[in-house]
Amino acid sequence: MEKQYKTIGEEAWKNNTEKINAELFIFTYGSLVVQLVKDYEDYTAVNKQLDKMGYNIGVRLVDDMMARTSLERCSGFSATAEVIAKIGFKLFLNVVPTVTNWSADAKEFSLILDDNPLNDFCELPPKAVTDGLWYSNVLCGVIRGALEMMQMQTEVVYVRDVLRGDDVSEIRVKLVRMLDEEVPASDD
Amino acid sequence: MSSTYYFAIVGTNDSPLYETELGVQRDESKYLNQFIVHAALDLVDDAQFMSNACYLKTVDKYNDWNVSAYVTPSNVRLLLLHEVKADDAIKLFFTDCHELYLKTLLNPFYEPNSPIQSQAFDAKVNTLAKRHLL
Repeated sequence: MEKQYKTIGEEAWKNNTEKINAELFIFTYGSLVVQLVKDYEDYTAVNKQLDKMGYNIGVRLVDDMMARTSLERCSGFSATAEVIAKIGFKLFLNVVPTVTNWSADAKEFSLILDDNPLNDFCELPPKAVTDGLWYSNVLCGVIRGALEMMQMQTEVVYVRDVLRGDDVSEIRVKLVRMLDEEVPASDD
Repeated sequence: MSSTYYFAIVGTNDSPLYETELGVQRDESKYLNQFIVHAALDLVDDAQFMSNACYLKTVDKYNDWNVSAYVTPSNVRLLLLHEVKADDAIKLFFTDCHELYLKTLLNPFYEPNSPIQSQAFDAKVNTLAKRHLL
């Protein structure tokens, strides 16, 4: 199954994706973060906003991904993790993070990103580092939004970031609960 | 023959964005460096329209010091105070510093024309100086 995910991801990247210039994307994201920093002046608030934005992106992005790759239901949470890493990230960022650090109850895992294209050229000012800015926090929101559309409520946070001096970037994904289909309120 | 250099990056509004002393230091005229560079800015402005190139070679002399200049397309001046003449090495140094400056510009958190305070930048300038000048 793993090999299959990898090939599905690469095929989809090669054939079904329109590409844009990476630098345009990186600079747009960079000026977005800087503008948020200027507007809010509080790095925790900026993190929250980036997460919210990512959430909105994620709920839409997941349908786009399913349309392009025609995947079937995942057999379990570990399969979900593989799909996120090998297909999701590959399709939209052309990087494949490694899935590691599974918790004992298999409800948490880590995505290790060796190189995050959003980080190119960026250097955080010292204050941003001490006050806890997660530059690519939008990715956490995207994962959370996408999984919520797939009926899983999750908590996704950044734990390590190369921009803060760590050697790799690490995102921790925790499954809180599976959401049951809710019957919409009736009109009676 | 001592190899001291004073390197400064001057922004478009004539305020220094970055300055550093490279090589062996002599105590006497540290404050003088800023004055010499500032005085040379007028000559740089004149010289930049004489030539199409970025590297303007030596534009000014003050007692023992020569001032060499490199003007980027966005009118940011890279200036070097030196005693020994070494046109080719200085040109390479300036070109590499220009690339470093470009990378700094690409950082979304950097405001153009603001002082460059990154220590990584400082370390890299020192490495370049060791490679080309010292």
